Amino acid sequence: MVPGGYDAVMEKVGGKVIKFGDNVNTDVIIPGRYLVSIDPQELAKHAFEPLGPEVQKRLWSSQVVVGGRNFGCGSAREQAASCLIGAGIKAVVAKSFARVFFRNCINTGLLVVECPEAAEAVADDGELWIDYASGIAVVHGKEFGFASYPESLRQILEAGGLIPYLAKYVLPQEKALKG
Amino acid sequence: MGRAFAEKVLARAAGLSEARPGEIVDVYPDLYMSHMASWRCIRTLEKLGTDKLYDPDRIAMVMDHISPARIPKTADDQRMCREFAVRKGIKKFYDVEAGIAHVVLMEEGYIRPGMVVIGTDSHSTIYGALGAFGTGVGFSEITAAWVTGKLWMKVPDSIKVTIEGPLARGTSSKDVMLKLIGTLTADGATYLSVEFHGSYTQGLSISDRMTLCNLAMEVGAKNAVVCADETTRSYLAERGVPSGHYAEVHPDADAVYVKSATVDGRSLAPQIACPHAVDNVKPIDQVAGTKVDQVFIGSCANAKYEDLVEAARILKGHKVAPGVRLLVSPASKEIVARTVKDGTYSILLEAGALITNPGCSACAGDGGVMADGEVTLSTANRNFQGRMGSYNAEIYLGSPAVAAATAIRGAITDPREFLS
Ligand code: SF4
Repeated sequence: MVPGGYDAVMEKVGGKVIKFGDNVNTDVIIPGRYLVSIDPQELAKHAFEPLGPEVQKRLWSSQVVVGGRNFGCGSAREQAASCLIGAGIKAVVAKSFARVFFRNCINTGLLVVECPEAAEAVADDGELWIDYASGIAVVHGKEFGFASYPESLRQILEAGGLIPYLAKYVLPQEKALKG
Repeated sequence: MGRAFAEKVLARAAGLSEARPGEIVDVYPDLYMSHMASWRCIRTLEKLGTDKLYDPDRIAMVMDHISPARIPKTADDQRMCREFAVRKGIKKFYDVEAGIAHVVLMEEGYIRPGMVVIGTDSHSTIYGALGAFGTGVGFSEITAAWVTGKLWMKVPDSIKVTIEGPLARGTSSKDVMLKLIGTLTADGATYLSVEFHGSYTQGLSISDRMTLCNLAMEVGAKNAVVCADETTRSYLAERGVPSGHYAEVHPDADAVYVKSATVDGRSLAPQIACPHAVDNVKPIDQVAGTKVDQVFIGSCANAKYEDLVEAARILKGHKVAPGVRLLVSPASKEIVARTVKDGTYSILLEAGALITNPGCSACAGDGGVMADGEVTLSTANRNFQGRMGSYNAEIYLGSPAVAAATAIRGAITDPREFLS
């Protein structure tokens, strides 16, 4: 089970926000030199290191990462998503995402929501809550809608990521078929 | 209504008669590439508790990104991959001496028109240079594909990029792409399939096509392609792949594009991407004279044979400026062999270059890192903060010709000064 993944989608999730600007890239989220690890907790220690210890401290005490346009651009490193899970982040909300980062969030079981209005409305240090099932983001009482995922992706997210999903649904099925 | 390249190629790989943009389909890729990240896939496979692979012949592993190992942990990881490849009968395994995965797999003839290729590297868009659909994924996805053979994909809309040539003197495919990235911005083609068209692409070398498709990643592309033509066919034929061994895919003449862009290469000047964003692009005259500590000619974008020859053409008879380091990391072993044979290698050495083993090298921060406050002019494809050492160092991106001219002067220099 990927830490943070399961809870993240079962109920309304969210909390304190740390907000970033446009084009936050994967080298900033998790520098290449730390990719020798795949342990989310270990990686979390170095998440956003290039931005300095103040930002890192705030990350660890936040539950929601909010980005501007093209959040997560750059490399295909899956650790850019899993390091956030390790840091206790429950959801990432942005105006838009780079595609591999978006995939990596779903595949590691991290709730990822494209909602420009909510990303705009929320203040750095503010609060943001996501009602995943109904496709609603709440910022200080104000509601913003977002397109919910197609069923197939929701299953992956709800299982806690692609690998737990395979372990839970796909592999047992294949075994059963072969009898 | 006509269909674009991506719609056709994904429909085929999903076993469907049609795949429309926005649809999510289960695709069966023809090849799954994993680089140094392979050990993560193996570990994930263990976690999954299965040992059965869908098709070992579709697995390609290349030990790039860190080569050779520098710490025992990496050596361990690489040994794990080596042993796994033997145990599982993975024939497309390339060890630390081979070079950068993307380039190696193309040289080996594994990438063919009409294929769908996924890789644990965002620049997997490069496979479009041979008319294939290449896209980057995370390591969990590669592991999933190893086991199930398939992967979900959203069928992308397409953007038509028209490049008119021939290119102006002193410019190259790199300048074309930097110009395009500066214009479209870093998310200008997010989730889009980039199709390159126009007079410049006709008969263009595979090397230049690699640069185009590689850098398309920097506008957020899902994939990028220069569709197969006679140049593609003869590149593959030279590598033992006759044209009967693949099925080319071409967009319909009336295909629908949600966006279009044009680069007029005929009036282009050398372009530079300035720190710390690839879309912070300026024509060279605005940054010429910026002092550098290091010049790096490397990466899958611009360390191919043709790139090294271009750099050597300018460096011949010159020396690297005092106090400046010129690092050259050829993209593959085959390229090293060719440059040794034709004398390019000696020209670079005599100019004062440090030539490393083939691989990602400084592009992945694997050697060639910078100290606080240092500046590098690099031919790679990314200039993000901290990518090459200190978080307080700066990376400028340019063509191999710009790199060579800059190494000679020790400051960012217009290569046209050296072209008669
Ligand atoms: S050379 Fe650079 S961009 Fe290319 S695969 Fe290696 S690290 Fe990635």
